[in-house]
Amino acid sequence: MSASQGSTNTNTEPWGSFDDNIIQGSGSAVIDMENMDDTSGSSFEDMGEIHQRMKEEEEVTAEAAATEEDNGEYGEFLGMKGLKGQLGRQVADEVWQAGKRQASKAFNLYANIDILRPYFDVEPNQVRNRLVESLIPVRMINFPQKVAGELYGPMMLVFTMVAILLHGMKTSGTVIREGTLMGTAIGTCFGYWLGVSSFIYFLAYLCNAQITMLQMLSLLGYGLFSHCMVLFITYNVHFHSLFYILWLVIGGLSTLRMVAVLISRTVGQTPRLILCGTLAALHMLFLLYLHFAYHKMVEGILDTLEGPNIPPIQRVARDVPVVANAVVNATIKSIAAVVQSQ
Amino acid sequence: MSQFAGLSDISISEDIPVEGDISVPVGSQNPDDDFSTLDEPVKDTILRDLRAVGQKFVHVLYPKKSSALLKDWDLWGPLLLCVTLALMLQGGSADSGEDGRPQFAEVFVIIWFGSVIITLNSKLLGGTISFFQSLCVLGYCILPLTVAMIVCRIVLLGALSSVSFVVRLIVVTASFSWSTFASTAFLADSQPANRKALVVYPVFLFYFVIGWMILTFSPSP
Repeated sequence: MSASQGSTNTNTEPWGSFDDNIIQGSGSAVIDMENMDDTSGSSFEDMGEIHQRMKEEEEVTAEAAATEEDNGEYGEFLGMKGLKGQLGRQVADEVWQAGKRQASKAFNLYANIDILRPYFDVEPNQVRNRLVESLIPVRMINFPQKVAGELYGPMMLVFTMVAILLHGMKTSGTVIREGTLMGTAIGTCFGYWLGVSSFIYFLAYLCNAQITMLQMLSLLGYGLFSHCMVLFITYNVHFHSLFYILWLVIGGLSTLRMVAVLISRTVGQTPRLILCGTLAALHMLFLLYLHFAYHKMVEGILDTLEGPNIPPIQRVARDVPVVANAVVNATIKSIAAVVQSQ
Repeated sequence: MSQFAGLSDISISEDIPVEGDISVPVGSQNPDDDFSTLDEPVKDTILRDLRAVGQKFVHVLYPKKSSALLKDWDLWGPLLLCVTLALMLQGGSADSGEDGRPQFAEVFVIIWFGSVIITLNSKLLGGTISFFQSLCVLGYCILPLTVAMIVCRIVLLGALSSVSFVVRLIVVTASFSWSTFASTAFLADSQPANRKALVVYPVFLFYFVIGWMILTFSPSP
């Protein structure tokens, strides 16, 4: 990078060549582009390289200062032997330094977790607010709604859901043949979050919706808050009707919020319909699947203990009224028994 | 010969006489040799390491603001605890029909991957602690849960009743909160003040999952 010096007149054209006349004085801020190797100075890799180069320069000067003293000592003290040892040591050092430089360059470029750092820059009250907002559908759909692009909340929600699923699977006595309980739970939750996000992002790309992948991940991640709540309640309290009510209300609210945000960012009736219909279907059906796949058979046990007339429970929707009645009866009987015994 | 000009500074100056004592000093030329432990008997090495591990156990059980866990971290203690916990959660029946209890590999993977994820999370949130220090702290803080596992197994040697369940619940809850408290005493210091809750929650979840695995453990009939 050299700046043109002075105002030498190298006028070769009749109309005046356009390099030196305009550039005046030394210390100008003009960069001579001929000598630059990089084509852009601000891309990500180049910044990494510049950083690395600066660090290396520091290291090299520091080491040169350090080895100066050592080499000085050895040279004086050990004479000829010191020379050979010194050379060998220097060569070995150079090789090691070069290898380390290469490795650390590659590592800093690709395995740098600082890439993800901006997405984790949140405060606890922000996370809390976003959790609550994920259940509140927005009203304004004519104006693109703001979606926070952070990954901390969604990741914590996914892990919480893994923990809740584990609890549900364990208490339902689910037997996993090919695989482990933990692997299935993690696979299900992460697969849903990443897979459905990518799929909806792809659809949004097709339908010309203004949403980035990060925003989609964040939106769907916060939408899992409703799933966590519903599953947490219904894996412990086993009323079918309660589950359906919660599914519709809480699941519905969360879906409505996501759908409203997407609608506000899409134009046209058909794209809106496709995108939001798909998202709504996937979101609600996932909650349904999670409940019924790992459902605890406690109603069946209660029924067989209480009375012989009640048919055994089947895991289909048709028996819901029977089960709900039976469980309500059992609960009332137990409450009556407790009240009487007091 | 100008290309060899750069080599001229490697040559010895003529002032130095090439005579005298050519006894090369044996022993520490570079300071690393002082700490070479290859020559000591194996018993010494093992005892020293065990003593370090034991000292860190004491620090976990009485979590004060000391930096012993952080300054010389080691991963022996976490490995020991992890293997003990995973073996005890096996229960002895190795058939795959009773799939209710976790496999050895499952527990191992949960503990190590969980620790790695919590460490990454705390680093991403701006923590000043290094990767292995954090792994060390999280691993050592599993000690109360391992103790709870031992207690639960002893309790389960008796009858499998609701009393035993309540006792186990209390023991596991106490030890899980102790673990969480101990690890946050070490980890939360390295975070900015208002983000402590963001770091504590994954730790809480991690120890909760391990505590739940311990609580729902039932021995084979």
